[in-house]
This record gives sequence, C-alpha cells and structure tokens, in this order.
Amino acid sequence: MIEIEHVSKSFGKKSVLKDVNTTIQDGEIFAIIGPSGSGKSTLLRMINLLETPDGGRIVVDGTDIHAERRRTTEIRRMMAMVFQKPAAFNENVYDNIAIGLRMRHVPETEIKKKIADALEVIGLSGYEKQRAKTLSGGEMQRVALARALVTDPAVLLMDEPTANLDPVATEAIEELVLRINREFGQTVVISTHDMLQGQRLAHRIGVLMDGVFSQVGTPREVFALPKNKDVARFVGIENIVSGGIVRTSEGVAEIESGGAIIRAVTPLAVGTNVCACIKPEDITLHLVDGSQISARNVLDGKVARMTAFGPLTRLVVECGIPFSVLITWKSAEEMGIAEGSQVRISFKASAVHVVEDNEA
Amino acid sequence: MGYIIDGLMEAIHLIVSLDPDVMEITVLSLVVSLTATCTATAIALPTGAAVKFTDFRGKKVLINLIQTLYSLPTVIVGLLVFLLITRHGPLGFSGILFTPQAMILAQTILILPIMIGLTISALSGVDETITDTIVSLGATRLQFLTSIVREARFAIFAAVVVGFGRAISEVGAAILIGGNIAHRTRVLTTAISLNTSQWEIGTSIALGIILLVIALVVNTGVTLFQQR
Repeated sequence: MIEIEHVSKSFGKKSVLKDVNTTIQDGEIFAIIGPSGSGKSTLLRMINLLETPDGGRIVVDGTDIHAERRRTTEIRRMMAMVFQKPAAFNENVYDNIAIGLRMRHVPETEIKKKIADALEVIGLSGYEKQRAKTLSGGEMQRVALARALVTDPAVLLMDEPTANLDPVATEAIEELVLRINREFGQTVVISTHDMLQGQRLAHRIGVLMDGVFSQVGTPREVFALPKNKDVARFVGIENIVSGGIVRTSEGVAEIESGGAIIRAVTPLAVGTNVCACIKPEDITLHLVDGSQISARNVLDGKVARMTAFGPLTRLVVECGIPFSVLITWKSAEEMGIAEGSQVRISFKASAVHVVEDNEA
Repeated sequence: MGYIIDGLMEAIHLIVSLDPDVMEITVLSLVVSLTATCTATAIALPTGAAVKFTDFRGKKVLINLIQTLYSLPTVIVGLLVFLLITRHGPLGFSGILFTPQAMILAQTILILPIMIGLTISALSGVDETITDTIVSLGATRLQFLTSIVREARFAIFAAVVVGFGRAISEVGAAILIGGNIAHRTRVLTTAISLNTSQWEIGTSIALGIILLVIALVVNTGVTLFQQR
C-alpha cells in the first residue's frame, strides 16, 4: 500500500505540488491524470526516490521511504519505473532486460529463465540477440516494461508510457498493463494526460490539478460526476453552463443562465451558484416540427457550426448559451441540417450533473 | 624532385626490410604513447565521472579550464615536466630525466585535459532516461558508474583514441624530456625531426609513413568498433 500524505514540491519559485494526499491499494491500477505540467511525473519520481518532497511523506508498506536514507537502494529495488521516453541501452534485448537482475546479483541461469518468460509476455520471444536500438518505439517500450517486470517489483510505476507511441503500440502496452495486473496482481501507478487511457486502464483515477488531487475515484465517478468545473472541463465535458439556482421543486432545480432555464436533479438550494455539466452525447437533436418531447429540458436554437468528429458530426447550437451536440453524419444528412438551421435540443434533468461554482 | 623519389624508394626499402633502427623507434613510440594513454584513461575516467556526477561550486569554471587546456602546447608540458624532474627540481630525486618513463609522464599530462573533457562530454551524451533508468533499477553508486560508462563506451573509446593520437604525434615534450637519445628515447616524431635536419630524407619519410599507418589503423579500428 502506498500512502501519500500532504506531499509538496517546488522547483525554484514554481510550486508544482501543494498538498497531495491519497492511498493506493495493493493490486490496483491507479492512474494519475492531469494536464501537462501538473506534477504527475514529479509525484511518480518521488515515489521512486528520484525526487525528494519538500513537505509531507510517502509511506510504502509502512516505510516512510524518504526518511530511510541508508535504505534508498533497497527501497528503490522494491519498485520499478517505466519512463515516457522508451529507454534502450546500447546492448541487445537480452542484456537490456537483464540489467536490473545483474545489479541484484541474480544467477545467470535464473536470469535466462526470467527473460525467456518476460519476452513471451511482451510478445518478443526470439528477439534476445537483436540490438535494442534497432527496435520500434513500441517494442522498445515493451522491452522497458519487461526490464521493470523481471525484478518482481511490489509497485510498477509508469510515467506516461505511451505518450510517444502510435495508437497500435499504445494498445499493445495497455493490454500488457491490464494483463500483468490481472494475472500477477501487480500494483501499477500510471500517469497519463490521456484521460481515456485512464478510463480504459485504471481501477481508480486521481485528477491532479493545481498541485492537489482535485478528485480521486473510480473512472465512472470521475467522468460522470466530476467534483468541480475544472475536473469537468479536463475530463472532456464540453457543455459547462454557469448560472444560479432560481427555483427548486421535488429535487429538481431550475438554473438560470443567459436567459435560458436548465432543469437539473440536484439537492443544492436556491441562490447557489452552480455549473451545469451536460455531455454532448446526452443531448438529443430535433427538427422544430411540433412533435412531443418528454425530456424536462427543451431549448430552441440555431446551428452555429458543424465540424467532423471521427464518425460523428459535432454541432454547436446557439440557444442563448452555446451547446455542443453530437450526431451521426447520416442523421445530419437525413434531417437536412446545415449551419444556420433552426433546431430544437432536449436533455433529461437527470443527465445534468450539477456542481457548486466556487469561482462565481 | 629526385630526392623525394629517392627518399620514397629508400623509405619503402627500410619498411619492407624491417630495418632494426626503424622498428626499434616504432616500438618505443607505441610503448610510450600507449602507456601514457592507458595511464591517462585510468585517471580521466573516474575524474570525468566525478566532475560530471558531482555538484560543487566552480564546476563550470573547472570544465572551462579543462577545455582551455585541450590546446596546451606540447613544449609547455615539456618545460613543466623538465622543471619538475631536472636534478634540482622537486622530483629530481627520481632521476628519470631523459628516460621513456619521463616521456610517458609528459604525454600523460599533455593528454589528460582532453581525455577528461571528452569523458565528461561522453557521459553527458547519455540520454537522461537511461540515467534515470539505471538509478531507478536500484543501482549502487559503483553499479551506476559502471553502467553509465558502459553505455557511453563508444564515445569514451573515441576520447581514448583522440588522446593516443595527440600523444603519438607530439614532438615538443618528447624532445625536451626524452632528449632524442638513440636506442633509449628516440621516438617517431623526434627521429623525423632529427633525420630531416640531417637530410636523411629516406628515414624521415619511412617514419612518417609508419606514423600515418598507425593513425590509419587506429581510426579504422574506432570506426569498426562504433559501427558494431
């Protein structure tokens, strides 16, 4: 178990981590997500004793790791880290993976067996004699992962391991991480700025913003119920409407913003300044043709912009407040929608996630 | 022009017939410069690593000074070592003036700055992720240094070769400290200098060719090593 307690770190005058707190359980995949420069790497490097915190402490299985200066090497050997840039030593694949084991004076026969097993896991059996520098970025990163794994670490730390890789190589690494966690119960702490990767891999996610964990929770909690406006924005909720609660009735609040009223399920009281978060995929688009709509929120507006978004089309519908809406190309075509079209949008009161807006 | 052709013919004859004097000079040159290079390597590697991986005040100034000494004139080194080991000098008791040992000492001092400097550059050239990985894997201090030197071995080897090249091609220190004594301290460069002044063109050319061949062999060796 890793306990991170009130950890802070500054570089010169720049305070990167202010008060970081969380607990990482054995056998879980914990993803640290956050924007670039939010201190994700610094936190991982502190767990691996590559950096020292200015304040607070990190306790791994009961040991305050930064307090035990004489045991630095021993503590480091409890963990292993894979870095963002694939590290390939000027050696063949076998020697690349063996380096950590040789530092631990593991007998060569055992090293041979461990490497054969590891190469099979990473799908590079038969590559022993190939020079590591001639591998692709994804293969190098798999070798780096094998190098870390053969040392049987209690904790595997991964610092944005797929940031430099193409989607296929990224998928291979993600599958490996899931597999080693599932099959060997390996605790993994992974940092990423790709929130979808966090969602795909992690049992729990910590959103690191402005030097603190703004939210720690399951991917579902973080993505569906972000704690505040910044987290909501970071996890990709495009429609974040600021306003005030003007009326409540049976648990449904009316939020007034820019002349429009949004109905949402929330226990917050009248007069509270809030942000209403609505995911584009929860919004339905209609033609203005008088057909019945059962949703509590129905707004009329004009299509201000249409852009391609993978297999979908993203529309910005101006209803006094701009709303981002996703529909398929085919639907847009069938409905004859173009920029300037008059449309109606609807969404359920329960689809609106309301958070208090402390900045207002 | 005839004297050049005559000289060349004589040089080829001297080399092909493995002329004992020419061979003796060549062997002594190699022994002196290789020993100096090995000694300098043994000093430059730990010193370069210490400078690179230790933080201390004046580090930049020291590195700047080391780089300035790359172009240390050979006669200055010769003079310095001469003053040290001359009979009345602080190391005069050693009695090594005009011996190959003294030449080794002078060449070691001459090539140390460039070898330390190039060692620092070689170690600096190792990717930061590699350095982090070595530390992260739980290396002890010694394991860290051996791993990083191993990783930088091609660049370090190039530094050693540059040092050897400077040692074997210098003439100023060798002549001042060795005295160019036949069968004792005469090396390729000092012999070329003397033979040319005595119009022994054939011998000079032969020795020159040998010096170039040594450079060629060393460089080819380096290229092959780096291409591995």
